Amino acid sequence: MKPLSITNYTFTSCLGVGKQANWEAIQAGRSGLQPCDFYQIQDLVTWVGKVSGLEQPLPAEFSKYECRNNRLAWLALQQDNFITSAQSAIARYGAERVGVFLGTSTSGIHQTELAYIESLDPLPEWYHYASTHNAFSVADFVQHALGTQGPAMVISTACSSSAKVFASAYRAIANGLCDAVVVGGVDSLCLTTLYGFNALQLVAPDKCKPFDINRNGISIGEAGGYALLEKGVSGDFALLGYGESGDAYHMSSPHPEGEGALLAMQAALHKASLNPTDIDYINLHGTGTIANDAAESKAVNTLFGANTWASSTKGWTGHTLGAAGIVEASIGLLSMAHSHIPQNLHLETRDPNMAIALVEQPHRQPVKRILSNSFGFGGSNCSLILGMQQ
Amino acid sequence: MTNAAIKSRVKMDSVYLEAVGLAAPGLLSWKASLPILAGIQSYEPIALDKYKPTQLPPNEARRATELVRLAFRVAEDLMSNTTTPMGDCANVFSSSGGDYIIVDQICRSLCEPERLVSPTQFHNSVHNSAAGYWSIATGSRLPSSSLSAYEDSFCMGLLEAISLCQTEQLPTLLVVYDIKPPYPMSAKRVVPLEFGVAFLLSPTPRARAIAQLQLSALGADVAESVASGELETIRLANPAARSLPLLELLARKQSGNIVLSNRNHNSYQLEITGC
Repeated sequence: MKPLSITNYTFTSCLGVGKQANWEAIQAGRSGLQPCDFYQIQDLVTWVGKVSGLEQPLPAEFSKYECRNNRLAWLALQQDNFITSAQSAIARYGAERVGVFLGTSTSGIHQTELAYIESLDPLPEWYHYASTHNAFSVADFVQHALGTQGPAMVISTACSSSAKVFASAYRAIANGLCDAVVVGGVDSLCLTTLYGFNALQLVAPDKCKPFDINRNGISIGEAGGYALLEKGVSGDFALLGYGESGDAYHMSSPHPEGEGALLAMQAALHKASLNPTDIDYINLHGTGTIANDAAESKAVNTLFGANTWASSTKGWTGHTLGAAGIVEASIGLLSMAHSHIPQNLHLETRDPNMAIALVEQPHRQPVKRILSNSFGFGGSNCSLILGMQQ
Repeated sequence: MTNAAIKSRVKMDSVYLEAVGLAAPGLLSWKASLPILAGIQSYEPIALDKYKPTQLPPNEARRATELVRLAFRVAEDLMSNTTTPMGDCANVFSSSGGDYIIVDQICRSLCEPERLVSPTQFHNSVHNSAAGYWSIATGSRLPSSSLSAYEDSFCMGLLEAISLCQTEQLPTLLVVYDIKPPYPMSAKRVVPLEFGVAFLLSPTPRARAIAQLQLSALGADVAESVASGELETIRLANPAARSLPLLELLARKQSGNIVLSNRNHNSYQLEITGC
């Protein structure tokens, strides 16, 4: 496929607000995870990647969107001149030619949780479903905040959501419906995911340790991020390929041999007309569960052997669920910008069955192309290949 | 995909509609609804009975929620009208609100001191639950999207499905579906009746095509197409029912244009040419 230009990008996670704060933490080897104190939870022993600065209400003009998820969406949107870039695209192409395709898994469900806890019959006056909890609310909010008038949608395929928006945006531009698309994703802490993953026995009591022999689950994080994709050649980076697949196996466990993950990576390489040796760094999905890391490492080994540097960055950010795709694509872009491959944080004793080139110490080396994996419930897999603009 | 595909143009390439599936009160299947949609028979609001998906293994069928059963009902109705194997199709599942019933149950559990969330309810709460079950049922490992655009979930689902069908050159199943929220959510999100619809699109004309579809952006503030008589009430009662003007043209075997709204901004025109 013809590369699609990435003309700006930004993200905000528990490591900090905007690209620079996140990158400084990564270079310093400083995790953003902390013992869970979200919503005064006492009965869950786990660590979370919580974003600071979400106490600030939304500007009055956006008050109907008021909820934790949209506060995070707004905080992230204001960084790295992203609004200016989006407005420049609107000026160049026209508002109706700029789309907004965002990913989220739980959107503003925490607002519904708070409403139910306060009063079930009837729900409180202050609670607005459409502009807070509904999956589309974050795209609705962002298109209003930016003033775009092109197609707007939320892709919600659990933890692959904000990777898959890149594929959908590529297709919308290829089919002539948009000239530019704001892609990205936002997911925020809520009781549903904390207690839900806990019920599935997938939450680590300690900081998550992807690919470690003693790994025992995920640390849930929250994050928001955006990228501006445009037709034509501009900017430093481009989307070179994408691959989407289904496991056709189980609702909440990955295919044990990683067959779906392998198909997604192969499809991304095929779209990009690249070979495995052309990839300098793989940002793994690497959640830290027994099953995910075993399946993913088998799939990566099949394609790349133990020859391509690979790390999960969830030890830094936690698993940001529907935002993982944009966060990890952004880390891949930063890795190229800074010629620095981040290590797989919290790896103490690597699982000997993980026959891949796990990054134990950070490497300084040129990085021209990266592959980023995002896999979700329902067996929804997406791999992205991003590269330096030629 | 051709490298020349990225260019500025308002009309999307045509796709070819091969089969339809339908389920709503009084519209019990695509074939049974044809006389009603064609205006030959009057509409009667007959309730939908409980549906048991035929394609799911027994274990998964047991866990399938009302939302997943509605999606399967229309997708399986479509299967009865085509010979294209579903395992060879990409798919797009579009639902404005997803599983209101599961979300209600989870939020009720979170009001209890123990906050015990059922693992099955949790994995059923994802917006792509129907797509996940469908992939298990059909064995399809092809690309699959699950999306919401609130009231515009039919129009944006159609846009994504046409885009996927054309760019990846794959037959593509589009399923658009919404159930009724339970109380107390029903006071905050009004969806008076359930409605599901499925379309099978092909990137190339094949012998079994019913119609050629072409979507284009129209600009702001063009009035939406309405449905006939009592069906207009249904069209407004569920985001998936915004498909009714299209279904009526198909049932009448007529060519024509319909306007779909992107609520706040652009409208889209769908051009339907009978095959």
